[in-house]
Amino acid sequence: MPSPGDVKYTKEHEWVRVESEVGTVGITDYAQDQLGDIVFVDLPAAGASVSHMQKFGEIESVKAVSELYSPVTGEVVEANPALANSPELVNDSPYGEGWMLRVRLSDPGEIDKLLSADEYDVFIAQGAE
Amino acid sequence: MALNEAAAGTLLRTALYDEHNQLGGRMVPFAGYEMPVQYTGIVEEHHAVRQRAGMFDVSHMGRFEVHGRGAARFLRYISTWDMTRLAPGEGHYSAACRDDGGILDDIYVFCLEPERCLVVVNASNAPKMKQWMQDHIGKWDARFVDRHAATAMIAVQGPEALGRIEGVIGAEFVRSLKPRRCGEAEWRGQTLFASRTGYTGEDGLELVIDAGAGPDLWRALLDVGVQPAGLGARDTLRLEAALLLYGNDMDEETNPWEVGLDWVVTLDDGADFVGRNALAGLKERGVSRELVCVKAVDRGVMRSHCDIFRDAETVGTISSGGYSPTLGISIAMGFVPPELAAEGTELKVDVRGRPLAVRVVPRPFYKRSKPA
Repeated sequence: MPSPGDVKYTKEHEWVRVESEVGTVGITDYAQDQLGDIVFVDLPAAGASVSHMQKFGEIESVKAVSELYSPVTGEVVEANPALANSPELVNDSPYGEGWMLRVRLSDPGEIDKLLSADEYDVFIAQGAE
Repeated sequence: MALNEAAAGTLLRTALYDEHNQLGGRMVPFAGYEMPVQYTGIVEEHHAVRQRAGMFDVSHMGRFEVHGRGAARFLRYISTWDMTRLAPGEGHYSAACRDDGGILDDIYVFCLEPERCLVVVNASNAPKMKQWMQDHIGKWDARFVDRHAATAMIAVQGPEALGRIEGVIGAEFVRSLKPRRCGEAEWRGQTLFASRTGYTGEDGLELVIDAGAGPDLWRALLDVGVQPAGLGARDTLRLEAALLLYGNDMDEETNPWEVGLDWVVTLDDGADFVGRNALAGLKERGVSRELVCVKAVDRGVMRSHCDIFRDAETVGTISSGGYSPTLGISIAMGFVPPELAAEGTELKVDVRGRPLAVRVVPRPFYKRSKPA
């Protein structure tokens, strides 16, 4: 299934959807499928700073732990409160209810460095890592 | 994030490889084999085994037969439990140790006939154990027969396992197998081995059949509603049952006294076996570390190699850790000094820089309720 066209992607399998200088960040459907059952998501609190392609948190599946990288630089407005008790939302709805952060962008131009849906789909079809 | 993709090189395949692919199994390298880590999802497969019946391809585990008048005495010599006590139809878990008492492998031995035994060893240790057994067998009136590649092995586990298998291999044979007992029957013209054993904490059987008939047996079990389960669920199930995993919870630098395997070491029969003197000495001196079960108090998932600490001092290491689908929290086994091994002891585990509060709990984490 093609990835949604209204978001931009990283090669680390995160996505960001930008609306009026606030970016909503999550992980892709491909990533959640590869990780398997997600049991714990560790996210920064509101007010924290995140940076383009720097680690912002961790995600634990039954299988393994993985680091999360921010697609954008800015200040965390909100971390998804629902994930504390329902981390499986990331599996069930990776582009919807399973979102992770809302970030006020300090450098909106960074978005141009990210992959489009088509580019991301080609990337994972080629055997992403 | 970084995702670890399976790197397929020159990996071996079991007789059930095509079945796994047809079922959408996600194949990963494991102990030199390409094995399914999951089909639909680890948690779902885990619950299927706890609540109904699931099956695992365990053909990657080594299967060796020992034939001859000296079979039982040879097996007693290379393992810590007195295998000469086994009557036909009985099996027992044991360890094979080095001269210094370090564990080479944990093994299961089944006595099929007075002069024929089946030894099941870990996949990761199969080449080593084959070599080791062959190195020692010369002194005994016994012959080593490698049955690894020639056979397939399927573990069927769960509260409904026996009932469902009855529909495939016959109720009379299934009902004749008491816990830890084994036997052979004929199935579609092939010899079928079955033992009432497993690695999940549930009731069930482990089946061995000629590799060519493996896919037929697998499909027959699918037809009676047994759900395929992968290595991921196998690991979460065995961890809840606090069953040891070689390479994690023990290795050649670990002795049986440290990991609670006292019950598989027979010293009172006076018989000589490899490691006997060292094990007797180690028992007398006592252990400096013990394997304990710990359960998280907060969120966060313990993994192997995480440090265990108390106050500011590192006191041990997690050997196996993960998330328990049954308990909904992280559980683990790890080594601590004996004075910190008592139930209720409060410790911390370093989960990538974050201290996670844990408590020593009784072993196992999960025990099935006895059937009414």
